[in-house]
Amino acid sequence: MDAALPRPGRAALALERVEALFDAAFGQRLNPWRHLGALGFYFFWICCASGIWIYVGFDTSATGAWESLAAMDRNEWPLGAFARALHRYSADALVAVTALHLVRELSRRHYAAFRRFAWLTGIFTLVVLLAAGIGGYWLPWDQLAQWSLTSTTEWFDALPVFDGALTRNVVAGEQVSDRFFSLLIFLHIGLPLTMLGAMWAHVQRVSPARTNPPRALAWGSAAMLAALCLVKPISLLPAADLAFLPARLPLDWLYLFPHALMAWLGADGLWVATAACFAALAALPFATRVPRAPAARVSLANCNGCARCFADCPYDAVVMVARTDARPHARQAEVDPDLCAGCGICTGACPSSTPFRRDEELATGIDMPSSPIGQLRARLEERTAALAGSPRIVIFACRWGAEAAQLDNSATAAVEFLCAAMVPPSFVEYALRAGADGVLVAGCREGDCEFRAGDALTAGRLDAARAPALRPTVPRDRVRLVPAGRSDLAGLRAQLDRFRADLESLGPRARRHALPPKRQEKRHG
Amino acid sequence: MNRALRYGLQALLYGAFAATLGYFSTSPAFEPLPPGHALIRVSLNHAGQRKFACRTRSAEELAKLAPNMRAAEDCPRERAPVRVKVDLDGRTVTDLVASPAGLSRDGASVAYRRLPVPAGTHRLRVSFADDAAGTFDRVREEEMHLEAGRVLVIDFEPGQGAIILR
Repeated sequence: MDAALPRPGRAALALERVEALFDAAFGQRLNPWRHLGALGFYFFWICCASGIWIYVGFDTSATGAWESLAAMDRNEWPLGAFARALHRYSADALVAVTALHLVRELSRRHYAAFRRFAWLTGIFTLVVLLAAGIGGYWLPWDQLAQWSLTSTTEWFDALPVFDGALTRNVVAGEQVSDRFFSLLIFLHIGLPLTMLGAMWAHVQRVSPARTNPPRALAWGSAAMLAALCLVKPISLLPAADLAFLPARLPLDWLYLFPHALMAWLGADGLWVATAACFAALAALPFATRVPRAPAARVSLANCNGCARCFADCPYDAVVMVARTDARPHARQAEVDPDLCAGCGICTGACPSSTPFRRDEELATGIDMPSSPIGQLRARLEERTAALAGSPRIVIFACRWGAEAAQLDNSATAAVEFLCAAMVPPSFVEYALRAGADGVLVAGCREGDCEFRAGDALTAGRLDAARAPALRPTVPRDRVRLVPAGRSDLAGLRAQLDRFRADLESLGPRARRHALPPKRQEKRHG
Repeated sequence: MNRALRYGLQALLYGAFAATLGYFSTSPAFEPLPPGHALIRVSLNHAGQRKFACRTRSAEELAKLAPNMRAAEDCPRERAPVRVKVDLDGRTVTDLVASPAGLSRDGASVAYRRLPVPAGTHRLRVSFADDAAGTFDRVREEEMHLEAGRVLVIDFEPGQGAIILR
């Protein structure tokens, strides 16, 4: 395999170690770090539901808004106050998980090539989220609302196009007009709707998109928000008074930090900082090159149009089109190189990837130029033939997971794949038939696949829950799937030792051939 | 790890996240003005006087124009910039000149300034000019007590007696 192919960087490894701490508490599947995007959707829905709840009792005039919320707190307690706190904290949680999501994807360099669209729509979503969140602070029309609104208009007024006209709407009277206040309400409804559209676009190029967190995590997060609302309810500040500014304001730093930054940098400075920050984020996919494996290639001679690659591709890079050759199949796979992640999941899904085929040069229906299936079979045969001692173990290791090559010894041989899901289940059977006593498939941590779905697809195939399935004739107790992240070599070693002990108790495989009979015949004439 | 310990750890991590949200949703408190300060806002939206006086067209000039365009006076559209000077205790704290809006410079002049000032009693003098010569023909001078946190808006409304202090 090409050594220049990408591997996790230092930042990703550092964050992976932090995530590993959460594995201890939540387990790998429920680790919230691996569901930040889905949690964002979840908090967004809570925020919408609580917002609708508040809106029912909300007076949409500037003079009545504050009083209506005060009445809600007074007369509907605890429901009114609870709804307002839930609205606030779910919005805070939303921006927090969005920021963490951004940091995580940035650390993994998930912004270029096939991820560019998701990255750019994500940046846009963040901008709209901050705008919608800041706008939400204006509606109670209390002292914080007054200050936040004025700070925002002062910021926009620094642009020559406004030049002071916006702030005048807020300061040039005894009270802001109802008409202007209606505009603010419209913004706080329109921006979240825009955000929903941006979120929809954000997940368009992933398949399937995970927009719901696991149930246990959803319940846990809801309980956390509910507890926070009860422990620290939101108190309404005194009503806005345009002739007065309080000495101290309880700022929500998760949304209103730009106002504090403006006090420090000035309005022009904040424009420069904001433009620089978002321009840098938006330019990242264009200005930097993130290496990736070359795109998958379809071999029509070996493609029967079964559409398994189409079904398993996590990025919708494979489409099924009408057949262009004379073979008697209705469809053929076609790869969009711009969308292809180079993960090899399609190769693992292709039924033609079986190593039991007699051809000396194994070719499959859809293959990875950087790591062709024929080379992998040759490598497996070579490594298996060299195994000695007992029990003999073959490790099929994901390139993005723990470095299994470090566990190589006379009885253990690691063969690296672009992704664990690139391993066709027939390779597992082939390794056992070729002399291994056991096969360990080492992938990323559960829910942490570099290519989104590799861990789940591999588990499904080995458990015969999805095609291509591991055949029932393969002794399942000699096959083990071990999730081990890049920083988890010690964990992989421990799992390997346990597997070795289990294999010892099972005893050696009865049949052991360097190569299956048909290939032996072929190779030796 | 046993189940109780795992749930305990989960509760701890949920609690830490909730505590972070709870804290940063209101803290640390922010001081919108330096301690012991008041705020003067100068906000203006006023169309200055025409920069050039109207001129009566001659009969020849009128004859050259289309019948529906024969206005007796030719009034250039451009307006004069509006100038506002604020002096506090004899010291000028702002002297702003707002240009008229529009490609032909015939719109209103809009301006805004934010001036934090120490709280206390001050002698405030606001001078206003909106003609081509920039003559401060409207001046308002007052002794004002501005307590900390007080927001004073200086505006110009010709209909309400020119310079407004609100």
